[in-house]
Amino acid sequence: MSAAFEIGAPVPGPARAQRESQCAHCGLPVSAARFEPLDEAQFCCDGCRSVFAIVHGAGLEEYYAQRAQSETQTFAPQRSQRKFEELDEPAFRESYCRDRGNGAFRSEFFVEGVHCSACVWLLERLPRVAPSVLEARYDLTRSVLQVTWDSASAPLSEVARALDSLGYTPHPTHATSLAAEQRKGDRALLLRLGIAGAAAGNVMLMALALYSGKYAGMASEYAALFRWGSLAIATPAVFWVGNVFFRGGFAALRTRTPHMDLPVSLGLLVGYLGSAANTVRGQGEIYFDSLCTLTFLLLVGRYLQRTQQRRSTKASDLISALAPTTACVVDGDALREVPATTVAIGSMIEIRVGERVPVDGVISLGSSALDTSLLTGESFPREASVGDRVHAGTTNLSAPLRVRVESVGVETRLGRLMQSVETTQRERAPIVRLADRVAGYFVLAIVGIAVITLLVWLRLDASHAIDHTVALLVVTCPCALGMATPLAVSAALRAAARCGILFKGGEFIEELARPGIMVFDKTGTLTEGRLALVSWFGNEATKALVRAAEATSGHPIGCAFQRSIADSDLECSERQEYPGGLRARVVGREVLVGSQSFVMTTLGSLPVWAMTQAKAHAAAGRTPVLVAVDGEVCALAAFADTLRADAAASLLKLAELGFQLQVLSGDDQRVVDSVVRQLGVPMMNATGGASPEAKLAAVSAFRAAGQRVFMVGDGVNDAAAMAAAHVGIAVHGGAEACLSAADVFTTHPGLETVALAAAGSKRTMRVIRIGIGLSLAYNVLGIALAVTGRLDPLLAAILMPISSITVVTAALRARTFRQMRAS
Amino acid sequence: MSIIFLILPVTLLLSAGAVLAFAWATRSGQFDDLETPAIRLLHEERAKRATAHADASPRGSDIRP
Repeated sequence: MSAAFEIGAPVPGPARAQRESQCAHCGLPVSAARFEPLDEAQFCCDGCRSVFAIVHGAGLEEYYAQRAQSETQTFAPQRSQRKFEELDEPAFRESYCRDRGNGAFRSEFFVEGVHCSACVWLLERLPRVAPSVLEARYDLTRSVLQVTWDSASAPLSEVARALDSLGYTPHPTHATSLAAEQRKGDRALLLRLGIAGAAAGNVMLMALALYSGKYAGMASEYAALFRWGSLAIATPAVFWVGNVFFRGGFAALRTRTPHMDLPVSLGLLVGYLGSAANTVRGQGEIYFDSLCTLTFLLLVGRYLQRTQQRRSTKASDLISALAPTTACVVDGDALREVPATTVAIGSMIEIRVGERVPVDGVISLGSSALDTSLLTGESFPREASVGDRVHAGTTNLSAPLRVRVESVGVETRLGRLMQSVETTQRERAPIVRLADRVAGYFVLAIVGIAVITLLVWLRLDASHAIDHTVALLVVTCPCALGMATPLAVSAALRAAARCGILFKGGEFIEELARPGIMVFDKTGTLTEGRLALVSWFGNEATKALVRAAEATSGHPIGCAFQRSIADSDLECSERQEYPGGLRARVVGREVLVGSQSFVMTTLGSLPVWAMTQAKAHAAAGRTPVLVAVDGEVCALAAFADTLRADAAASLLKLAELGFQLQVLSGDDQRVVDSVVRQLGVPMMNATGGASPEAKLAAVSAFRAAGQRVFMVGDGVNDAAAMAAAHVGIAVHGGAEACLSAADVFTTHPGLETVALAAAGSKRTMRVIRIGIGLSLAYNVLGIALAVTGRLDPLLAAILMPISSITVVTAALRARTFRQMRAS
Repeated sequence: MSIIFLILPVTLLLSAGAVLAFAWATRSGQFDDLETPAIRLLHEERAKRATAHADASPRGSDIRP
């Protein structure tokens, strides 16, 4: 690109160059308004420009070369611009940081916005950007950056700001102890897996000698050596490694829930005891090779299940372990930032424009517009003034407020909501998986057949009765059955993650495969969740004036103007925001933008056309905004939260899959109706004005009535309902609390992924059923051989791995989520 | 053939050694993160090549170590 902009060369025409220009940082196209013909590097936004400058300033240009090779999609950096002052509190350091001696501390951050290996490279070179950092190590599996920094040279907030300035928003994670616990479990399982593998390999070598000796002849002392050798290796393999299954089997017996571990334990135990007895006696068959292979293969399945599960949980768990938010306490004339949970009840706090309210309280000074969408799902801001109650989690939009604190932390409405999410989640009945249900019947059948075999053979040939029964229990030990689900599920989870669907556990695939009632939130789920300009009445020149007046506004309407109209060069010399609108002076003309009532009270009267149009828009669920220039109303804009482009198609797909669709929104009924009309998909029901508590009640009622219910949403107001549903699905861009309540969440925008998740789950379930069917077929064959006394250890040793390989192949070759994306 | 009475325990000891080595590796966290080290390796390789290239060029002094 630099060749086209050599110094002294004629500057190419904007129209031509613009088509070619890409942001030098993120690679996204640069808009015409931002195009700087004299600069060598172009940027799509100020964020990219400053990240680019920081990266270059630290001598880390190599990042761009690294990224060019990693071929991943590029994203504009998301910077929170927070100060992170709460990280410097002594209380924070105590609970989040570990002392490494010499003034060095280590803490861990969950880092947002890591897309590719070049990001990892850049993150690990953090010491060059922030000199106080001694070392930075990134763990891709956990999305956690471990930072060791020198507390003497800079506070931690500076490290956090440096990360933020690069576009990686850091969240201090408290999950360190949890992760350590989990890591310990992972290591223990891996160790067992290694030992099981070593035991299986060695026993198999000896079994090979024994089998060939059986056909070619072998001196009895050698046979005895190999048999005792097998026993010696198999004993730790079965009892120490296989303890996992025994414990599970025992728990299943005690709680009377069917579980795969029950038949596994039975087979292992009986097989081992029978073989050990035969070794001591010096005659009869031994099955140590089969038992060790079985333990190993089953553990492979278990290990896969564990690692896959953790991988999809991590993002949501870590995000939920977010830093405490801060509150700005008014202390005489000074303002002080303190952690929100430590604010005293009755104290006064200030909430600046654009900030999120950290507590519940009553406004005692000022009036402003509040974005309450987090709590209510209502897309349009609510006006609030002195005496009104504000809730934690809402955002202050237009003017600073002083609030008298009434409750903090878990006592706020938001806190109580989150608590109800937690309790609902805890009380939810565990999902009994298909394989475990099958195993429940299976173990009954096997025990029955074993008893019959024993009794029949006691009459026919008492000397072989026990041998045949042991053979039966070994061969029916459900190896393939135990592997079918974990393999199919882990393959499906990986494929799903590639399509942007993260399941928190394999059991939710099974749940989602069976259709039921699917309840959708509206704002942010069916719709984009932000206002867009849908109609403009007036001339184009006015647009530029309005755009200049709204250029720096944080109000949703202002932001919508900024998004919908191209940046203008007009200068705005004076600007004042009021509840309901704003007044500004642009190139000497007075511009008034605001709601019908705001413009009416300011000007005294409105033209008839404006009144009728505004009324029509409001009736259709749109928000009318009037524009007056120099005291005369000359334009009318209408805003609405537009439907997601793929909403209708995705809902149709879900309806085809057999789901009954429903909308449950916190927004006004008129808006809900208009959205459903636009969708054109038959709905079971569409209700507006539902509070978070009402959503929870509705979902619980469906559940109580025995219906299967799924909740799709994006906000905190859906979180409780999500936790109560059979499966809660959070769509991309959802609030953090919502992610932690959801069982499934998507990382691509849009609803298509939801339809894909349902369809893919159905396919995965078919694969699981095929696997279970195959393994049962092998078991029937094994039972037939064992009952008739034709099964010898060699046959068992061959039959078992073959059945497993068939099931594994079927599971791994299956197309679950992948094919969908291609089509 | 009676050598087998010696060889078998010896092989078992050898495998026990391998298992112990594996146990050590697992306990010391060698298998905790199987993704990032692979990426890190590539970075160091590239970085080395980049510095070597930079040293050879006259503008090498501009680039920080």
